[in-house]
Amino acid sequence: MPSLKDLKNRIGSVKNTRKITKAMQMVAAAKLRRAQEAAEAARPYADRMQAVMAGLTANAAGQAGAPRLLAGTGDDRRHLLVVMTAERGLAGGFNSSIVKLARQHAERLRGEGKEVAILTVGKKGREQLKRDYGSLFVHHVDLSEVKRVGYDTARGIADEVLARFDAGDYDVATIFYNRFESVISQIPTARQVIPAEVPEGATANALYDYEPGEEELLADLLPRSVATQIFAALLENAASEQGARMSAMDNATRNAGDMIDRLTTEYNRSRQAAITKELIEIISGAEAL
Amino acid sequence: MADTMQFDLVSPERSLASVPVREVRLPGNDGDLTAMPGHAPTIVTLRPGVVILVGADGATREFAVTGGFAEINADSVSLLAERGHPREEITQEVFNDMMKDAHRAHRNATERREHVGEEFVTATAKLLGDMQAMGTHIGLDPNQSTVPD
Repeated sequence: MPSLKDLKNRIGSVKNTRKITKAMQMVAAAKLRRAQEAAEAARPYADRMQAVMAGLTANAAGQAGAPRLLAGTGDDRRHLLVVMTAERGLAGGFNSSIVKLARQHAERLRGEGKEVAILTVGKKGREQLKRDYGSLFVHHVDLSEVKRVGYDTARGIADEVLARFDAGDYDVATIFYNRFESVISQIPTARQVIPAEVPEGATANALYDYEPGEEELLADLLPRSVATQIFAALLENAASEQGARMSAMDNATRNAGDMIDRLTTEYNRSRQAAITKELIEIISGAEAL
Repeated sequence: MADTMQFDLVSPERSLASVPVREVRLPGNDGDLTAMPGHAPTIVTLRPGVVILVGADGATREFAVTGGFAEINADSVSLLAERGHPREEITQEVFNDMMKDAHRAHRNATERREHVGEEFVTATAKLLGDMQAMGTHIGLDPNQSTVPD
């Protein structure tokens, strides 16, 4: 049985914790709104890019001399996994769900006898993967200095990924991130960016004149499209991170509330017990006289 | 035929302009071109340069873009630029930043010549040249930006 003073201290410290989690939840809510706005604002560009790419890739796919970013290297032995996580924790299962998916992916590929290399974005994923896959790390992109995810960040990552592809380091690149569904649901997603996938149902678009030629245009657009996809993934991730943190902190706040209620009841009960005990002692003392 | 068309200028981060226009003058990779309502559907890549919009009332607006591509239809033009700024917002500082990117791209390409191929190096050199030309056109000094290390 903890003493009254202990209980009082416990209640005080849980109350402080609740204040912190409550504040974190509100900060996350504000950041989430901003992240969603950014994702919304980026949509027109991505949509148009995808529409143009769909027409172009449908034309070029399967043709001899299609760019390597579309046709691939003719092999799929070496894989690059780009694992995008956050710089901070305390966001529920946000980081571990991405890491878990990447881990499954890596295990499956290795089971098939393929080579795996990992490029991490964000500190948390790196920490979690380090023990099992430390030897497979090829590069790390640090986002701790990045306050707001911009296109420049995405292009930096894309340049890194593309440079390694040009150098012939791998055949297939897949990005891992959390797709933002709602505040309570973020879906870990794997998406292959190199070679580019031809969207299903895309039909050759014979309507357009291309200037310069179709092939040059495609060669120009493919790297941009990789950067755009990475940018979209970063934005989804940013929104998901805040969403996950918001609901995790909401839960924590509610838990702290429950705990305070329980501790307060216990505190009151033992206080009452102490009073009753004192009274009994006084009365029985008086009766003994 | 309608005498205006819808013009959209979008960057990866946000939409910069969405207005009806009478004509759009674009800095195409193979030369400048003007798109007016009823233009044949075309997709064209752009070099760094100034895009000029002529609004329904004849007023012009100018945007500086650092390349990208444009999708031209009979009744709309969508310009997808990695970076775009209204001309009045292009200060020496913003321009220096753009020049720095171009310098960096060119230097990276030169260093990895054997991987990326001669064509790519030439392309980045051309990009750098176009960027300088755009600066001179706007009246900014292209030599203030230092090559990044």
